[in-house]
Amino acid sequence: MILRSRHLLGLEDITAGEISLILDTAESFREILDRPIKKVPTLRGITVLNLFYEPSTRTRISFELAEKRLSADTISFSTSVSSVKKGESLKDTVRNIEAMKIDMVVVRHSSPGVPYFLTNCVESNIINAGDGAHEHPTQALLDMFTIRRKYGKLDGLRVVLVGDVKHSRVVRSNIWGLKTMGASVAVCGPSTLLPYEVERFGVDVYTDLDEAIDGADVVNIMRIQLERQQAGLFPSQREYTNLFGMTKERLKRLKRNYTIMHPGPMNRGVEITPEVADSKSSVILDQVTNGQAIRMAVLYLLSGKKEKEKEEDDE
Amino acid sequence: MSKADYDLIISGGRVIDPALGFGKEADVFVKDGKIAQVSTETDKTEKYAAKMPPECVIDASGSLVVPGLIDMHVHLREPGREDKETIITGCQAAAAGGFTTVCCMPNTDPVIDNQETVKFVLSRAEEADANVFVIGAVTKMSKGEELAEIGDLVKAGAVAISDDGHFVQNPDIMRRALEYARMFGIPVISHAEDKYLSAGAIMNESFQSTRLGLKGSPSVAEVIAVVRDIKLAEFTGSRVHIAHVSTAGAVKAIRDAKAEGIHVTAEATPHHFTLTDEEIGKEFNTNLRVNPPLRTKRDVEEVIRGLVDGTIDCIASDHAPHAEEEKDVEFDQAPPGLIGLETTLGLVKTQLIDKGYLNWADAIRKMTYNPARILKLPGGTLEIGSTADITVIDPEKRWTVSETKFRSKSKNSPFIGWKLKGKVDCTILAGRVVYQNK
Repeated sequence: MILRSRHLLGLEDITAGEISLILDTAESFREILDRPIKKVPTLRGITVLNLFYEPSTRTRISFELAEKRLSADTISFSTSVSSVKKGESLKDTVRNIEAMKIDMVVVRHSSPGVPYFLTNCVESNIINAGDGAHEHPTQALLDMFTIRRKYGKLDGLRVVLVGDVKHSRVVRSNIWGLKTMGASVAVCGPSTLLPYEVERFGVDVYTDLDEAIDGADVVNIMRIQLERQQAGLFPSQREYTNLFGMTKERLKRLKRNYTIMHPGPMNRGVEITPEVADSKSSVILDQVTNGQAIRMAVLYLLSGKKEKEKEEDDE
Repeated sequence: MSKADYDLIISGGRVIDPALGFGKEADVFVKDGKIAQVSTETDKTEKYAAKMPPECVIDASGSLVVPGLIDMHVHLREPGREDKETIITGCQAAAAGGFTTVCCMPNTDPVIDNQETVKFVLSRAEEADANVFVIGAVTKMSKGEELAEIGDLVKAGAVAISDDGHFVQNPDIMRRALEYARMFGIPVISHAEDKYLSAGAIMNESFQSTRLGLKGSPSVAEVIAVVRDIKLAEFTGSRVHIAHVSTAGAVKAIRDAKAEGIHVTAEATPHHFTLTDEEIGKEFNTNLRVNPPLRTKRDVEEVIRGLVDGTIDCIASDHAPHAEEEKDVEFDQAPPGLIGLETTLGLVKTQLIDKGYLNWADAIRKMTYNPARILKLPGGTLEIGSTADITVIDPEKRWTVSETKFRSKSKNSPFIGWKLKGKVDCTILAGRVVYQNK
């Protein structure tokens, strides 16, 4: 089993076999993270560019650490110190950096489709670290990895994704990945934050949180951004918290061995109470650790996959 | 050689002139830039042809001979963005697409909101390979705030007014524009899009925008705007023309309004009767970013139904050239618009005629007689004495849309690589051959 593509652009077109391969590979890297020396020579000589056009703490640090622990050479780029301010196009920026002999590009950008766009600009392997509200595949992979580690499986589990479904790339990638792996997926949020025809993803749709989480195994809670309230998508933070905040009382509706997840950054007291966030069923910090393993696995599996190899795969 | 009786003969073709209800094999005779005769007595043509140099006799057997096509909605970009298109190159593209007349929208830089700019465009067009008619702005700078000097615009030659690209959001301004335009007998062309509902939108709001995470413009943004302008046209008794109809709801609103006798006309573009928003996610091709956006399959079906039942009067390209560097960017950073002058005819044949929706006479009517009638333009007919603007079409010619073959200065077409049927053989402007397919 190998990955069909030399890029990781999203989970929409990834097969169950490929997801399993990434998760299985991540298991062995997860083990390395518990060793005293957390470094392997796997990507020695490979240069990875972290191209972050949007602010990010967790994902960026996670990728950088994953690269370093695989012994890759890494460079990071952010818009505040780049030529972008001088009006250079994305394509020219990336091509110029690639001319310095880069092998892989990890990209975060506010425009959906940018990772795909880059595959036509440069030769490097492209890894999507979040493109607008489109996809965030490594986040969904680490979420699935975390769930699978706890339950030993994904198929047959009931996973509820709560919050700003409309603007969330994490939700979209989770839906594609979880459904491919046989989980049953529901989304829940205010109707103004549920995108048009969201049911066509093949998910159950709720606007009542208590109904949504009834009998669920996993609840993955998305961050609610204050800007959404300013844009008139819900009337107040207070009302949002009353209707969609995950509280201790609500946990009773879940299955016995339930799990609480949050991709971060959290607004404690808004979409999740501190009690729930810090409860023993919360795997929020495990998600962060597991993100390392997932990103190491993805970097490893894609590294060295060149254009020519891709053509052979296609045959 | 004695002086020939005619300057040009187009022989052996099937002549279609919807304005005259004419559709049979006939020879067309041109003299002094005018249609001199259209004759079904084709056996007599030979004696005239014999006296003429061979290049002045066009053999159109197997082809269609139609009035020069009219595209009532193009962007020629001059003045201001001559890197994208000029009046000369835009008209070369028009000629290659079979159009002898184009109407250019005023969103140039400066905006065509004054008579000097109208005159500038018309003077530039004198040397061009197509007739150019100017659509002036509704409001100064097309800002939607104060009426432009519409009387001056008309005096300088404007045939309609539009703030195309922008909806005249303030209903009171639109009401006054309709009332004022009525004095001059010109229609107001509405770019129907409620700005509050479509703010920040990159594509149609549908499952596709949900899937791709791109901000969507809901179809209701168009429907509300169309309904408003229809009601204002009814109230004022003025004429409104709805540009680039893209939604099922707008088609229905226009159909109902026509049934009530309201003076509304409408056009549709080839991309809106051909493409859906499902194309966008395949490659994030920025040439699919257009405004109004590509809609759903149901919308496409209803636009076609509107074309079939006459709700939609015209086919117009909304030819919108953009520079390569502007389109070679992130999808949501690309300016909306695509070029269409050179692919319209092939798409009409391939998507509408070959699929049995329209016959040639209906299709040609929507590209000749109807726009001419709406804008009161000369042409659009092969009537004897009218200017000899003629398009000869090879209806069965198969061809592939190629980036390198465009006459337009820009290449932003989503149809590059498409295999189409139906191509222009020859375009004749006032008796002069301005394009010949080799």
